[in-house]
Amino acid sequence: MHSRQRVAIRNHTAEANLFARRTFIAFLGVLVMLLILFSNIFDLEINSYDKYKTRANSNRIKLLPIAPNRGLIYDRNGVLLAENKAIYSLEVIPEDVKDIKTALLEISSLLEISKEKQQKLLKSLRSKRRFKPLELDSRLSDQQVALFSVNKHKFPGFFIDARLKRYYPFADLTTHSLGYVARINRRDAIKLEEQDLSDNYAATRNIGKLGLEKYYESILHGTIGHQEVEINNQGRIIRTLSYAPPIPGKDITLTLDIELQMIAKRALSGKRGTVVALDPRNGDVLAMYSNPSFDGNLFVHGISSKNYKKILNSKDLPLINRAVQGYPPASTVKPLLALLGLEKQAITKKSRVYDPGWYQLKGIKHKYRDWEPRGHGWVNLNKAIEQSCNVYFYQLAVKLGIDNITNMMERFGFGDYTGIDIYEESRAILPGREMKRVRYNKPWYTGDTISIGIGQGYWTTTPLQLAQAISILANKGEIKVPHLLKSTTELQVITDDETGISSSTSVTNELDYVEKPPIILDQPENWDLVLDAMHNTAQKKGATAYNVFKGSKYDAAGKTGTAQLVGKKQDEKYDAKLVKERQRHNAMFVSFAPYENPEIVVAVAVENVIKGGGGTNAGPVARQIMDQYFGNREIISKDISRHPQHDNIYGVNKKKSRQN
Amino acid sequence: MRSTGQDQQKYQTLWQRLHIDLPLLIGILCLMTLGLFVVYSAGGQEIDIVIRQAIRLGIALVVMFLVAQIPPLSYQKWAVPVFIIGLLLLIGVLLFGHIGKGAQRWLDLGFMKFQPSEIMKLVVPITVAWYLSQYNLPVKLPKIIIAFILVLLPTLLIAKQPDLGTSLLIACSGIFVIFLAGAGWKLIMICVGLASSFAPILWMFLMKDYQKQRVLTFLNPEQDPLGSGYHIIQSKIAIGSGGLNGKGWLQGTQSQLEFLPERHTDFIFAVFSEEFGLIGVALLLMVYLAIVMRGLWIAVHAQQAFTKLLAGSLTLTFFVYVFVNIGMVSGLLPVVGVPLPLVSYGGTSMVTLMAGFGLIMAVGTHRRFHA
Repeated sequence: MHSRQRVAIRNHTAEANLFARRTFIAFLGVLVMLLILFSNIFDLEINSYDKYKTRANSNRIKLLPIAPNRGLIYDRNGVLLAENKAIYSLEVIPEDVKDIKTALLEISSLLEISKEKQQKLLKSLRSKRRFKPLELDSRLSDQQVALFSVNKHKFPGFFIDARLKRYYPFADLTTHSLGYVARINRRDAIKLEEQDLSDNYAATRNIGKLGLEKYYESILHGTIGHQEVEINNQGRIIRTLSYAPPIPGKDITLTLDIELQMIAKRALSGKRGTVVALDPRNGDVLAMYSNPSFDGNLFVHGISSKNYKKILNSKDLPLINRAVQGYPPASTVKPLLALLGLEKQAITKKSRVYDPGWYQLKGIKHKYRDWEPRGHGWVNLNKAIEQSCNVYFYQLAVKLGIDNITNMMERFGFGDYTGIDIYEESRAILPGREMKRVRYNKPWYTGDTISIGIGQGYWTTTPLQLAQAISILANKGEIKVPHLLKSTTELQVITDDETGISSSTSVTNELDYVEKPPIILDQPENWDLVLDAMHNTAQKKGATAYNVFKGSKYDAAGKTGTAQLVGKKQDEKYDAKLVKERQRHNAMFVSFAPYENPEIVVAVAVENVIKGGGGTNAGPVARQIMDQYFGNREIISKDISRHPQHDNIYGVNKKKSRQN
Repeated sequence: MRSTGQDQQKYQTLWQRLHIDLPLLIGILCLMTLGLFVVYSAGGQEIDIVIRQAIRLGIALVVMFLVAQIPPLSYQKWAVPVFIIGLLLLIGVLLFGHIGKGAQRWLDLGFMKFQPSEIMKLVVPITVAWYLSQYNLPVKLPKIIIAFILVLLPTLLIAKQPDLGTSLLIACSGIFVIFLAGAGWKLIMICVGLASSFAPILWMFLMKDYQKQRVLTFLNPEQDPLGSGYHIIQSKIAIGSGGLNGKGWLQGTQSQLEFLPERHTDFIFAVFSEEFGLIGVALLLMVYLAIVMRGLWIAVHAQQAFTKLLAGSLTLTFFVYVFVNIGMVSGLLPVVGVPLPLVSYGGTSMVTLMAGFGLIMAVGTHRRFHA
């Protein structure tokens, strides 16, 4: 009642006006708010459109990287040295299996899969998404694959996934030159990051760790491919949007001849040592084998620590590639010193030195012994090389002085990388004043020069350097950088403009190598004098290398060397049997053939021989290599393709794909 | 021309007799139809969801129709007892309420569960409008204080549940009545000042952790993009990637690939923007504006202070729904659970909302009999 009276005296018009005003203000407020909303959405949808479009796409679009197939490696005759072999893994998509525990038990008993693997799977079952495949067994045998294939219908959700794994059919025969690939580790990843290659390796598991696999990683690896897929918020693939296939790495053909490798291994069996065979005409490394070796395949899938320890702790140091490690060259460098002597006119062809069996510097009591205690009597250049006379070269070295020797030997490639295409190469040590000052902080003494005359003292060279130096000599100064890579092959897709049909052909690229300026002598006939002496060393009865090539069908030249590893006291006799095994002499041998127009240079080092020197221990190794090379072939390519370890499945596949 | 005018007159009269305001109904039906399409797209393209939503819409329309039949002035009689019952129910919810999603909102009556806070959305503006309309306008201070208390009690009880969105809407509905009743500007300023000083109290004593987290997330969503910021980031991506024209119906990647959370409920606006772009948003906002304009038109043309205040407040509260929802989905406001009115999938609030429209329509169509 009370309120009704009040209503009665209200000014309705004024109230209506007030209300209308307030409503209008509220309406203005609504308009402002709407404008704020709209301008915010305008900002989102127009001004920031690109940003949010990108973010929406990065939400839904995933690039799945696809690893390229690694290039294959062939020897110079097309024998496959490194292939990609399919390995099979058994995987399961949990959401496609009704009762995973039962199914797991059944399939495990069928394929004999270990309890640990089952448990591992059950464990990861809890943490992983149910539509992502889980791995039950990473390496199935062919038998397991077959068994599964037959029973596949019983195990929905289980499937076999094939991956390619690097395989070296010749195992330890090629490891030191080929190297191997292994899992990309943190250091590799950082390196790839630095080289801006991480993206290209997004799907790649293994990377070259040693040898050619490492050196030519960029050629062998190829270019990553991508599958662009649309995913939902769970990460499930909804559909494929685009596909860019990976470009496989280039196949590479090596200069190596696997047959020579086999010979080398056989010739060195039971010894520690190495063989390097070069083609002096172009620098092709025909053979490079270091014994003992190890099987690179062990590293591809991750080597067990037991196996690794075995290799690492072996006294024979199989991990070392002896072909590129320093050895005292011993008398094998005498021809080079003789060449220098002739060039510097410290000696002539005819000049003679008397060798009583020892050499003494003026005013110094110490006697530098010849290997022949009775001495060689009067010795000229030819005899000095044939008989490997130490005294002749002692006095020559002193006459030349260390600086001349250092300079000339540097030009023959000593003390520096040859430039061969593996990273494991050592520079070895080229003696000289500077070198001694840097390494030992001591001045050079004339006494130091004397042992340099017989390739000892501070001097070490790698067998590869030796082979290169002999190549230069055999080439009369022309330098060919040794290399293992002969050519690369890649598939090129050619699209016909008219028909639009694309076909692929393989294109082989021969490689050009680094050119180095030749050594030019003031008197070019000096080459012939030294080469002739080396020829005589191998061909003249009674010369140090005569027995090595006795009866060979080719005309070889050579030089022996025997390096003593521990200093003898004055007048002390060396008896190999009394010396510790590791301190016994090293046998060295260099050779080339044919004498006219040389095609092959072989350098051999054999460590710690019991009896004899370079001629009897290292020489025969070179002989077997050359015999094989010059056609007295004991192993021929046909046999190799039937090599028990050689699985040619991939080769067949490859041919098929080439036809497509 | 004349005959058409006469027909129109008849036509209008027919709708008026049914107590239906045709322009408002058209606007509502526009939004509902649009909503069904967007719900279909957002709900994984399942027709079941659309059918369920359509049934709800049908029920809501019936409720609106029934409410519209009741003369609005009759609510005045019921305002006080219903308000008191409502308060008791809210207290009941706090004491015996059914807990769902971390909040106590539901009261289980045995045969049905219901949210007393929903009823309060209507009861509060009715009560405040009833109270203030007894006095001459513009209202003076002591009355305003009492009106404030009427608003504050249910607001705090609901905020305590906690249901920030609803309490905010209820507070707005009451404050709008006070504002429309002509509260002095000086007072409004003081209230704004008080409200902002109330904010820290709200923060410290009333807000639960998850609500605080929402506010923090709102201030910097990128700080935790996979956690609490995920909703708002994905929502902004959805809206922004829609561009001018949108990706097309059923083509929104953010929604179809389920990156967007709460797609068919609170975040349905993001789905709509992604698929229909800025043009679609402009049209949608225009429909909302049209409804608000019609509601305010009805309020201005109502003949009693009570009905004016009621219709005005309900209309503005409806707009608050729109503003809060779009504001939160597009990153202007923190995430509070307010659906996009008439479009979002969901039942309870839809029915209340439509009952509100029934009230507005009643205000618009019953005036003749109470003039």
